[in-house]
Amino acid sequence: MAVCIAVIAKENYPLYIRSVPTQNELKFHYTVHTSLDVVEEKISAVGKSLGDQRELYLGLLYPTEDYKVYGYVTNSKVKFVIVVDSSNTSLRDNEIRSMFRKLHNSFTDVMCNPFHNPGDTIQSKAFDGIVSGMMVQTG
Amino acid sequence: MDQESGAASAGSFISLNEHEQRYYSGLHSLCQADTSGKLSSSKVAELFKASQLPPESLHKVTEVCGAKRLGYFGTPQFYVALKLLAATQSGLPVRLESVTANLPLPRFVGLKNEPEMRYSTVPPGIEGQGAQCGAAPGSVSWTPAERSTFRHLEASVEKKEPWSPPRSPCSSPPRSPLTYRSYPYTKQRNGADAQMTYESKQSSRPIIQLEQHSSPNNYGTKSTVEHPAMARASSAERLAQQGAVDDSEDDPWRITEEQLEYYTNQFKSLQPDLGALILGAVAKNFFTKSKLPIPELSHIWELSDVDRDGALTFSEFCTAFHLIVARKNGYPLPESLPPTLQPGFMQQEEDIPDTPESAEPLIVFEDAEPRPSQMDRSILERIQPSLPTTKQDMKEEPRKQDAGLKRMTTSQDKQTLQLGAFPERPEPPHDLDPQMRTKTRPRSYSSTSIEDAMKKAEEPPTPPPRPQKTHSRASSLDLNKLFQQGTPGIKSGWLPPPPALPPRPSTSQVSHFINTSEKTPQNKVQQPNFADFSHFREEEESSVKPEEQGLRSRFGPSTEDLTNASKQEVIGVCHSQAPQKPVRRKYHPESQSQETAPPPAMSFPPPSKPAQKLLSRQKREIQMAIRKNKETNAVLTRLNSELQQQLKVVHQERVTLESQLELLRPLAST
Repeated sequence: MAVCIAVIAKENYPLYIRSVPTQNELKFHYTVHTSLDVVEEKISAVGKSLGDQRELYLGLLYPTEDYKVYGYVTNSKVKFVIVVDSSNTSLRDNEIRSMFRKLHNSFTDVMCNPFHNPGDTIQSKAFDGIVSGMMVQTG
Repeated sequence: MDQESGAASAGSFISLNEHEQRYYSGLHSLCQADTSGKLSSSKVAELFKASQLPPESLHKVTEVCGAKRLGYFGTPQFYVALKLLAATQSGLPVRLESVTANLPLPRFVGLKNEPEMRYSTVPPGIEGQGAQCGAAPGSVSWTPAERSTFRHLEASVEKKEPWSPPRSPCSSPPRSPLTYRSYPYTKQRNGADAQMTYESKQSSRPIIQLEQHSSPNNYGTKSTVEHPAMARASSAERLAQQGAVDDSEDDPWRITEEQLEYYTNQFKSLQPDLGALILGAVAKNFFTKSKLPIPELSHIWELSDVDRDGALTFSEFCTAFHLIVARKNGYPLPESLPPTLQPGFMQQEEDIPDTPESAEPLIVFEDAEPRPSQMDRSILERIQPSLPTTKQDMKEEPRKQDAGLKRMTTSQDKQTLQLGAFPERPEPPHDLDPQMRTKTRPRSYSSTSIEDAMKKAEEPPTPPPRPQKTHSRASSLDLNKLFQQGTPGIKSGWLPPPPALPPRPSTSQVSHFINTSEKTPQNKVQQPNFADFSHFREEEESSVKPEEQGLRSRFGPSTEDLTNASKQEVIGVCHSQAPQKPVRRKYHPESQSQETAPPPAMSFPPPSKPAQKLLSRQKREIQMAIRKNKETNAVLTRLNSELQQQLKVVHQERVTLESQLELLRPLAST
């Protein structure tokens, strides 16, 4: 169960960011922002072997004392970041992967919507629904 | 007064007592009469089936009542048929003579028993109002009547819920509407008005052309304009409204046949192959014309694009269209797709009404033509009634002009910032501004009928009014500016025509008025002026290149010298905007000098006829040109913006590349 989910555009501005509201969201925004550096590093590192298809799932980006941050990059350089509470039952890698896959799918649906302009913040109810399903229920 | 005449003819033929009258009118509305009074044969078939009579007697009934001969069930035929059903159910032979007997009401089992429930549960007051539909005048009385009927229907709906399951043997499609009946009511409990508009909209839908190819301004205003017009027009329409009441109370998310037909046409206009997909961008343009906010359109898309492929199949398109229509009528968007709108259901729905007809034709028409042809006939016959006529013309016209108008209307979308409800789309642009003008009034459903009727009456002669009406909005602006300019001699009698009235009739009115008050000496004085003006006009035509400017200059002096009101008209018609003002003002001193020649206190006589004809012709030409220019303008601006974006992207790339180059250069040098 994620504590915060963010979708960041290619230009590194957030398209969608949502966190469990009880806690101060600013902290999560900051965490996501700092995680972007790590994402960039991972992308550029893999980018040397451009022949290989880069793995979309980046895995654990970095752990803080409270949280773990996972990253995922699409081929169009759109980044998904999930922040998970460490105190939670440690989620297995597969679960995180499946969460990212779901996110990616609904993100694709949002992009398919002709009324959505790429670069706009995501305002799709379906997407919101999926994200809510992934977030911590206590929120 | 179709229903009345029908009832009268039926009444002269058979005598209906009060109860029968009410019951039959209820059943009549149940059968979804369209405006010409023809009843939906599928509904009639259902009704007949529900009477539980053997098929041969149903055939006989159809034959005797005359529907077989006619090929459809009109109101009198329907009433006679009901009487015959009652007769048959009480054991009398199916013959016309049996109709005259005093019979109990025909019993229908397993129907969506609206009229029965209404009859039993609703107090006679409402029944009286329901019966009043044949006789009642004005829409205002209709409004509270409808509202009260709604509330009572709500009550009846809730009562129905518990026993709807036992009614299942009836047929499956009606069952799902039963379950959904409560849904719109719970949502719409507050919005009785919205519901009413939806119902009346449904009735007027066949008449309102839900085509996309006209300015969105027409949307809301046209529907609001038409609702009261429809309500007032004929009792047949009122019945249709009531029929629509039943339908919508069944399920607002259900697509009726007429709607389906309409959506099919729209789909074909976008994509001729019904089996193919409409691309997302195409659909986006199309639905953007409905002027719904983008997030809502986005949500509708999400709901309707079931296979998530970024394109719409035919059923997805119908779903999306229907959702938009519902939204425009005030229904909140559902969170998930209602089952009646899902693509699977639609096909199922199409199958089910077809199969009973094919397997066991309960209603055998002599001309065994398929229903689509009947529908076509119904479309053609709609031309006959006066009010629907105009709309039908407009419906067919836009259809023909689809491709050509598509772009134009998209460009006009950009210009016209006013909101309009979706149903207005089908109106070709010439109806834009009448609706715009009505839009200036609050969107009330009991708007004045006379102006609407006037507007409707004008709509048939299409090409000439069209350009003028597009400029009427500007005309109202210009009128204000004109007044501010303080041209002398403006009499209070020549107040600017209210924005709702189109310019053309008022010009004719004005000219009439002027004719009556003309003074001969002024004529003589005027004519040399006219000679000057036409001379002047020719000069300007040659000299000024942009047509709009030429227009201004042409009409500037002439209009200044004409009556102030006609001046207003002409200038309004010229659709002048700010840039043209200075051009016109140039000729102010000249015109003023000319004005001083005739006595200032006198009002000028009307333009001589040849000048008037010239004027109108020129007006038309100019307006056409203006519209074309606007279209190209809009297209070019769009192109411009897109290119700008591309340019930005390219710039950025260039910058990054350059910076990389810079970084590498010192390395390379060393």
